[in-house]
Amino acid sequence: MAGRLAVAAVFAGVDSSFCVLVHPVVKLENFAKTYHTGEVEVHAVKGVSLEIQPGEFLAIMGASGSGKSTMMNSIGCLDRPTSGMYLLDGVNVGALGRDALADLRNEKIGFVFQGFNLLSRTSAVENIELPLLYSRQGITRRTQRERAENALALVGLGERGDHHPNQLSGGQQQRVAIARALVNHPKLLLADEPTGNLDTMTSIEIMGIFQDLNRRGMTIVMVTHELDIARYCLRMVVMRDGRVVRDEPVNDRLAAIDELQKLKQEQQAVQLTS
Amino acid sequence: MNLFATFRIAVRALRRNTLRTLLTMLGIIIGVGAVIAMVSIGNGAKAQMEARVASLGQNVIQVFSGMSSRGGFRGGFGSSGTLTREDYESLRREVSGVNGASPEVRSFAQLAYGNQNINSQVLGVGADYVDIRSWPLAGGANFTENDVRNANKVALIGKTTAETLFGDSDPVGQIIRVKSAPFTVVGLLGAKGTSMMGSDQDDVLLVPYTSAMRRLSGDNTFRSIMVQAAERDSLADVQQQITELLRQRHRILDGRDDDFIVRTQQEIADFATDSAKIMTYLLGAVASVSLIVGGIGIMNIMLVSVTERTREIGLRMAVGARGRDILWQFLIEAVTLSLVGGIIGILLGMGGAELVSKNLGWSTLVSPESIMTAFFFSAAIGVFFGFYPARKAAQLDPIDALRYE
Repeated sequence: MAGRLAVAAVFAGVDSSFCVLVHPVVKLENFAKTYHTGEVEVHAVKGVSLEIQPGEFLAIMGASGSGKSTMMNSIGCLDRPTSGMYLLDGVNVGALGRDALADLRNEKIGFVFQGFNLLSRTSAVENIELPLLYSRQGITRRTQRERAENALALVGLGERGDHHPNQLSGGQQQRVAIARALVNHPKLLLADEPTGNLDTMTSIEIMGIFQDLNRRGMTIVMVTHELDIARYCLRMVVMRDGRVVRDEPVNDRLAAIDELQKLKQEQQAVQLTS
Repeated sequence: MNLFATFRIAVRALRRNTLRTLLTMLGIIIGVGAVIAMVSIGNGAKAQMEARVASLGQNVIQVFSGMSSRGGFRGGFGSSGTLTREDYESLRREVSGVNGASPEVRSFAQLAYGNQNINSQVLGVGADYVDIRSWPLAGGANFTENDVRNANKVALIGKTTAETLFGDSDPVGQIIRVKSAPFTVVGLLGAKGTSMMGSDQDDVLLVPYTSAMRRLSGDNTFRSIMVQAAERDSLADVQQQITELLRQRHRILDGRDDDFIVRTQQEIADFATDSAKIMTYLLGAVASVSLIVGGIGIMNIMLVSVTERTREIGLRMAVGARGRDILWQFLIEAVTLSLVGGIIGILLGMGGAELVSKNLGWSTLVSPESIMTAFFFSAAIGVFFGFYPARKAAQLDPIDALRYE
């Protein structure tokens, strides 16, 4: 029951924006990013226009060097566009300074990384609290702890709050990282190759959590180079040489629950035959 | 992000690598400990000097017979006898605002009682002497003006001398031989301790200066005269009066140097404590060098720490830490290192000072000022040497930091 309430709390923000439905979560217009490495100019992203509506589950795909990582960093407000415009939830990111970008990330974005990036020798709950420590809203210690525990329950690890990362499996660590991304009630969940370090079974489990969150209204953008993983999303954007070459809904969409079922049956079959 | 939360993060980071934290602190611990111990040794020496000067008596002015500068050769204080008995008597008559005055005639003589004998300092003094020096009697009575006038063979005996000659029995009323002249002991002096120069002031026999001059030394001039001003405020005035009187009596023309020296107790004290002060500064300065070395150690380990934790910094920035939050985190970490080191160092330094005074018998003094100074200085070292690494961390680009291997 407590878990159900927590879920409601986490998505309260998203629900209200559904009702108004005035602006997309992400709006890129002719977005470009150029890096200067020594004498050479690298045009990582060359004029991309893209809109992501609330409730979407988008996969950005592409080979290495296609510009998908740069896109990811820019959407995550870790960087500002060289030219063009980026509106995150109606806020013009290009006009903001370093500190304002940090605040924006804190309020509106949750990050999930390939390498989990959990603080070692720090319990799961304390890892999840991390974004709240930097919140400008003056959240009390008690509320921080409650929200962290609720977020942990949401990813199905409610009992392991005091475990340290080295006591958790890879999949569990990624769940903690997802809980950390959710704890500040973000508008957008950004996942950078979230299954890159995980085996097939665990990957599907993690995708199941994302599908679950998306079904409850969370907007998710995920970068991946694996088509198998992208098929769990709703929409797929393929990049090549800094441009979007394909942008289409996922037709043959996979459901994590079914895939997990299939995988388990296969494994049982293998065990029986051997 | 509030300061307390930042502090907790810093402490956790430090506890994550206990050995390294302790080793880094060691520099500051040794530095602060050395400063505290050294300064307290210096301060102890200074306090001891001051106590010895104070043992001279209250508001005392000393007149030394002149510096002889005949033929370009300068002797020390009292090296030529220019102070006569007449000088002393007119000084007592004519200088106002004076409580008492006494000349001092110094000689060494063999003292004998029964089958005991001892070489001791015999001081020829006036009847005021023990009052001027606030030297209480432990038994018997002071000799009188009459004894002085008549050059009676009476004596006050110092504690050490009495113990040597008489052991536990009472010396008052006994007759001792001073260079074969019999002197009656009329009083036993209380303990006075060590002098400024480190000699035992209780190894002494006080006799009327008239007796000393006639029967012991054969001098007819004084080495010095001690004058006690009635009030602290009149010290300078009395000093002035004495100078004028003696210049007049010695017929010293304007523009010529005095053939005597008038020093107030304060001047003597300043002279004595100056050397102790210089020692304190010197010891402090040497110890400060190790403190700075400790600071460099902190800077070094903070730089390593920033590099090691680049990904953590990137993550913190990604989830919303501003540059300032990161700066504070590392700065507080550095200050915590140096402050905890400083506190341990203060305790260790105090222990060291205690050990020195116990084992070597030196007097030491740990002043609250030196503790406060050491405390704030170690905090300042943390800020100073922690700032550069902290700023380096704060200026990291979050994307590069997250990607750092």
